[in-house]
Amino acid sequence: MIIPSIEYIVQQTKEKACPIWQVVINEEMADSGITEEAIRERLAQTYEAMKHAAAKGITTSLRSVSGMTGGDAAKYYNHLKAGDPLLGDFCSKAVSYALATSECNASMGVIVAAPTAGSAGIMPGAFIAAQEIFGFSDRKMVNSLITAGGVGGVISERASLAGAVCGCQAECGSAAAMTAAGICELFGGTVEQCMNAGALALKNCLGLACDPVAGLVEVPCVKRNGMYTVFAITAADMALSGIKSFIPFDEVIDSMNRIGREMPACIRETGEGGLAATPTGVAAREKIFGEKK
Amino acid sequence: MAIGLFDVLGPITVGPSSSHTAGAIRIGLICKILLGERVKKARITFYGSFAETYKGHGTDKAVVGGLLGFDTYNEQVRDSLTLAPLSGLDAEIIASDITADHPNTVKIEAEGANNKISLAGISVGGGAIRISEIEGYKVDVACRCDTLLIFNEDVGGVVADVSGLLADHGYNIATLSLSRSRRGAGAIMVIETDQAVDDDTAAKIERTPHIIKLIRIPKL
Repeated sequence: MIIPSIEYIVQQTKEKACPIWQVVINEEMADSGITEEAIRERLAQTYEAMKHAAAKGITTSLRSVSGMTGGDAAKYYNHLKAGDPLLGDFCSKAVSYALATSECNASMGVIVAAPTAGSAGIMPGAFIAAQEIFGFSDRKMVNSLITAGGVGGVISERASLAGAVCGCQAECGSAAAMTAAGICELFGGTVEQCMNAGALALKNCLGLACDPVAGLVEVPCVKRNGMYTVFAITAADMALSGIKSFIPFDEVIDSMNRIGREMPACIRETGEGGLAATPTGVAAREKIFGEKK
Repeated sequence: MAIGLFDVLGPITVGPSSSHTAGAIRIGLICKILLGERVKKARITFYGSFAETYKGHGTDKAVVGGLLGFDTYNEQVRDSLTLAPLSGLDAEIIASDITADHPNTVKIEAEGANNKISLAGISVGGGAIRISEIEGYKVDVACRCDTLLIFNEDVGGVVADVSGLLADHGYNIATLSLSRSRRGAGAIMVIETDQAVDDDTAAKIERTPHIIKLIRIPKL
């Protein structure tokens, strides 16, 4: 798909009187030559893989290869099961599944990079929890995955989805924006509301550094996935109430791109600045890799 | 630049990093496909960020897993270093301190019972890769389309012959690029097609005068 802007998607939905996902499917079919049916089938498999990763992370206490992370998804899930979470049912389940997916990722388990492996927990967290609690059909889930994918496509076109290019705003920020738009659509949001949800989510991720300890997708990535899934739900909920983003979504994406390219390299996935450069971060790196860098 | 829906929502892959793990698996897998047989020996050299962080990201397991024929979603990638000797693959890992053009670069020299191949691949983010060098030739293959690599003598008319054969058999060329090491020496043609070229057409192309060798790279 080559989707130049959010504005283009909105225009197309008006012209063709169709939902966002239909516009995205049309673009994907035109570019790839794959049929709608085949796209849906493959996405159904993608969604199954997301569920599988989340379930694995909840039921098994996974440790990462480095040993820095693991076991927190199970910890939070038990907290939820004990009836103790401060968050409501939807958000607390979303946190559990997001943490579980990211722990699965850190332990070299199978996940869906959505859009990247480092941000793989955010979308499944909110999506799986929404379906479990509100009983949406699989077809509806796939529709909203497509909507989220279209938003990701625009971000990739106008900015980047890579932490090495634009920092974590491009990974967890993009995942949160994609999730916000998709969740908003699931709950009956209009096209405008979905795009406002995406804009609200991304706007509040601007400037987010990618500063992983020892350069590994663990600290702060795993817990950040848990946080940002709730953040995406918040953005969707605000948009559903009628709240609008003062800055249009396309302009937010462009600003994310500008900020990203102005960021110093040490906070763009090099593992050299920010949290990675703290005494604890440096000590962890030396312990894992055995020598000073 | 176009990005596929399944690049945004995917790949389905073992973690922990789409660039340092998923992309690395794909480069290993492409190498195995190009070799066309079981890999018995491989020399894997990491550069840049790959060289610095391969242990933590399992980039070594990823490339070896790909060489064993595992795709990104195959959990056996995690155990590939243990599985390799059991499958008769002797893999040597080298971390180079030489700076490559791209921070996520790996060079693989692989050999099987009959063939040998050397290539360099770069992992450009989100699991997407590009093959940047094959048999010493600089190329740029994104593996997003079915691709033909044609090694040919640097003489006139070869491109016309190949494109004519493809057209005769109903194949549409999406992109075509040609590079050579120096005038009159060997050259390499990289042709992306909308459909995978069948065995019969590939054989016909390979029998054309001045064509040395043809390799088909499937789309990922």
